[in-house]
Amino acid sequence: MFGILRTLWLTFLHMGHRRVTVGYPEHKPPLPPRYRGRIILSRDPDGMERCVACNLCAVACPVDCISLQKAEQDGRWYPDYFRINFSRCIFCGMCEEACPTYAIQLTPDFEMSEYLRPNLIYEKEDLLISGTGKYPDYSFFRVAGVKIPGKDKGEAEREAPPVDIHTLLP
Amino acid sequence: MTAPMPLIIGVTLAVLLGLATFLTWFERRLLGLWQDRYGPNRVGPGGILQAVADGVKILFKQDWIPPFADRGVFVLAPAIGMMTVLLSFGVVPVTAFWSIAGNLNVGLLFVLAMMGMGVYGVVLAGWASNSKYALLGGMRAAAQMISYEVFMGLSVLGVVMQTGSFSMRDIVMAQSGLWFIVPQALGCVVFTLAGVAETHRLPFDLPEGENELGAGFHTEYSGMKFGMFFLAEYAGVVLISALLATLYLGGWQGPLLPPALWFGLKTGALVCLFILLRAALPRPRYDQLMALGWKILLPLSLLNIAATGAILLLHAPG
Repeated sequence: MFGILRTLWLTFLHMGHRRVTVGYPEHKPPLPPRYRGRIILSRDPDGMERCVACNLCAVACPVDCISLQKAEQDGRWYPDYFRINFSRCIFCGMCEEACPTYAIQLTPDFEMSEYLRPNLIYEKEDLLISGTGKYPDYSFFRVAGVKIPGKDKGEAEREAPPVDIHTLLP
Repeated sequence: MTAPMPLIIGVTLAVLLGLATFLTWFERRLLGLWQDRYGPNRVGPGGILQAVADGVKILFKQDWIPPFADRGVFVLAPAIGMMTVLLSFGVVPVTAFWSIAGNLNVGLLFVLAMMGMGVYGVVLAGWASNSKYALLGGMRAAAQMISYEVFMGLSVLGVVMQTGSFSMRDIVMAQSGLWFIVPQALGCVVFTLAGVAETHRLPFDLPEGENELGAGFHTEYSGMKFGMFFLAEYAGVVLISALLATLYLGGWQGPLLPPALWFGLKTGALVCLFILLRAALPRPRYDQLMALGWKILLPLSLLNIAATGAILLLHAPG
């Protein structure tokens, strides 16, 4: 009996408490920088696409929502098309973990509702951003031993010049 | 100074239906307040037009009757539920000059009779739905409401004995010195509990029992027929609050403010209490509900009658 009255009184006192609801469209909740929201493709510090079309993200994706095709220009690999079907995406972040070049990243943006389902399929131009995302200094082609215009073999960071194998012959 | 009868009836009906609709929104806001959230706050200022939006939605829903239901009774049940509640208001005196039949000499008996009829609304709904959960809900409703009607009737007898009249107006007049909540505190508590059970509101909403019966007696109802049950429930809350205000809190009597406002204030505060009960308390088990009724409330109300009678006899003139 006393317990019931106490419950009533304590509930009544909640009138003076702050409401925990966040009035969403007016007040945006603060999202941590590592929040797994809309997926983007980043560029390296030189402004080139980071994605090398290795297909690891598409393989890692548990719902198969990523589709891409490799293309090649002057030794640089890049995706010919890169398509994410966000009506399938479960925002698990596996693609980001799989990516060897920090190209694909998840961002703290989740407001991507559409009235038409086909609008949820994002093409490369929708995904590509102009910045570097979470890793400002990383550039794959500066550390990789691949030859591209302006950087010959052996000129990458912490890479020794290639050994001329003919000099090793006895 | 009495207003013409058609005007009183019309205004009472309009106010009641408006109030019941308003309460569907008000309750959700108040529950939100007590549970640290907002409740519906989007439609109109403070969300008050939510009630209108819900009304429009429910009116435009398909009016569907299950093929296995007993059609006639199925349609009749919500009407009975609504009608009995509305008729009960006929004998509630808002002020000394504003009531439909406030001085009916069997006013209180009429209310009890209408509540007895109100059981039919719920029981027939459960029966006519012809499905197991609805039937279980209807059976629970029958047992619960009939049991609690016993103590409800017994608990108000103390008031009737002190007043010497069943007329609601006389009862209010008799409280000009001291509100009956002081001498009849026990009766007031029993009446409140019985009132909660009668309107099958939480925590005594076992006939609905969402988690075990789906929605109990109105499982098969949809559209405006469901809306009728819904509105009848809220009108029932207002009715029980108005009765409590009339029987125990001195009705329209109070200092300074006009009588109608006093009546409204008391009723409104009691409606808020009903909502607080819903916000705070869990639903008891069915046997607990019955045990509370027959083992505690019945002896208490009998004790109340006996004590009131003894005191009245001792103080009787001559």
